[in-house]
Amino acid sequence: MSDVLLKVAGLKKSFGGVVATDDVALDVRLDEIHAIIGPNGAGKTTLITQLFGEQLPDAGNVYFKGTDITRLPIHKRAGIGLARSFQITSVFMDFSVLDNVALAAQAHHGDSFRFWKPASTEIELRTAAMQALVQVGLDDRAARIASQLSHGERRQLEIAMALATDPVFLLLDEPMAGMGAEESASMVKLLKGLKIGRAILLVEHDMNAVFELADRISVLVYGRVIATGTPDEIRTNAKVREAYLGEV
Amino acid sequence: MNKQESIIKLDEHLETPTLFGFGRGRLITIVVMVLLLILPIAAWYMGNKFYLDFSARIVCLAIAAVSLNLILGFGGMVSFGHAAFVGIGAYAVGIPSYHGYESAWLHFPLAIGAAAMFALITGAIGLRTKGVYFIMITMAFAQMAYYFFLSLEEYGGDDGMTLWSRSDFGFLNISDGLTFFLLCYALLVLCVYLVFRIVHSRFGMVLRGCNSNEIRMKALGYNTYAYRLTAYVISGAMCGLAGALIANLQDYITADTMTWTRSGELMFMVILGGAGSVFGPVFGAGVFLLLEEILSAYTIYWHLPFGLLLILSVLFIKGGVNGLIRRGWRL
Repeated sequence: MSDVLLKVAGLKKSFGGVVATDDVALDVRLDEIHAIIGPNGAGKTTLITQLFGEQLPDAGNVYFKGTDITRLPIHKRAGIGLARSFQITSVFMDFSVLDNVALAAQAHHGDSFRFWKPASTEIELRTAAMQALVQVGLDDRAARIASQLSHGERRQLEIAMALATDPVFLLLDEPMAGMGAEESASMVKLLKGLKIGRAILLVEHDMNAVFELADRISVLVYGRVIATGTPDEIRTNAKVREAYLGEV
Repeated sequence: MNKQESIIKLDEHLETPTLFGFGRGRLITIVVMVLLLILPIAAWYMGNKFYLDFSARIVCLAIAAVSLNLILGFGGMVSFGHAAFVGIGAYAVGIPSYHGYESAWLHFPLAIGAAAMFALITGAIGLRTKGVYFIMITMAFAQMAYYFFLSLEEYGGDDGMTLWSRSDFGFLNISDGLTFFLLCYALLVLCVYLVFRIVHSRFGMVLRGCNSNEIRMKALGYNTYAYRLTAYVISGAMCGLAGALIANLQDYITADTMTWTRSGELMFMVILGGAGSVFGPVFGAGVFLLLEEILSAYTIYWHLPFGLLLILSVLFIKGGVNGLIRRGWRL
């Protein structure tokens, strides 16, 4: 298929005797949200760290647009269009909201070995940052210091920073973590609008959100993908019900 | 709010940083900088040369502290070996002088270049480590430099070497105390302004980002190692300049300039003055040397109250002297 952006094949990783990633294969296509679900300890985080080069797999490969990127250094992945948000909010707490996003935009708007002109006067960066903030609905908080934001707002800022790098592939690591019902609902609305022109891999515990957002879902149990399919297929899949969703 | 409005609102967010900051701190900072220039000159006109030399010492050490602040305060790299750059800068004046080359146009570029080179080599290795390991490795490199210069019998060994005449600038005669002080002061202002420009530039934003959250910076696509190393080299070069000035100030060069206690003093000046603020290290160097001078006039056991005062100030004054000024003298 030509519009597969990210493809994982035969990925394996074990720590001592524990197999954390067991022969995982999956792909994420353009204009889709592909969700990964699985119980705690299923190996979701280990899988993500291998996709972004924070850990190297024991075997298997990660392809982006058909190129093998398994061993590409972390900082080079952003340059080819991969971006991520973090499970634990990872923003620059002592920077203003706008500076946070501008610094993200700066990574992809020209060289950063410039020592003289104040970055806060570069219209190009400020505009790109402001657009990302508008997209996530955080533009009225632009001047705030990040540490003064509410938890939900910081999660939005996370997404804005990922968007500011203009990614084609976006990994969202539990964007709803720690959010109330209302905040979750607005986050779902936001994420829905992001998939056009991109491929999104969503790791999330909030099942309502996953089934509302995902085009396809992969279920990870003990490091193994036991099923991949549309939300309806997953809902009715006997193996999934047994292993994960549980019979009610 | 729609997109159009936000873009228009953007004008408010295009702020130009100011050198002296805002509010009450702005005025005090300007006053302190002016006093640092005027008072010693006034004292000199009234025939008291001591304050001119003393102020020159403050200014020279302030340059070293400003350079350390770039990586410690803004970059979060705790270097415990900055005295090595001071020493290298000093020997870059002393050694050519010993061989009869007295031009400042040789001494100063050599001091800056040699310190930058030492920073490039030690930084390339040291910056592969983090936290406590980085502190230890910078200190280890500085001690290596210390023992190296200590072993150079030709250049005085552990007796040090006397600088028979100060660096020759041609049109400037820095053997004259006032001219030398004015040169040091001008270079301090230049260094402070350089750091101010750097920390607000694109490079500076990246440097501060690495300090705040390095993993995030990598994920955004920054090769954090390259930025940190560049900052380290800039800092080392600037500190080499301070070393060349200090050699001329003392007319005497010794490897003791490079011991780890000297590095600790520089670190203390930065933290006491306010790490991560542009003028903080200048305040820090001033307060440090003033305290030392005042306390040592009262008792030969001045190290004890001095140490206690420093510890208390670090414990209870957030943001150092600079923080104190910005908050309007509240702790």
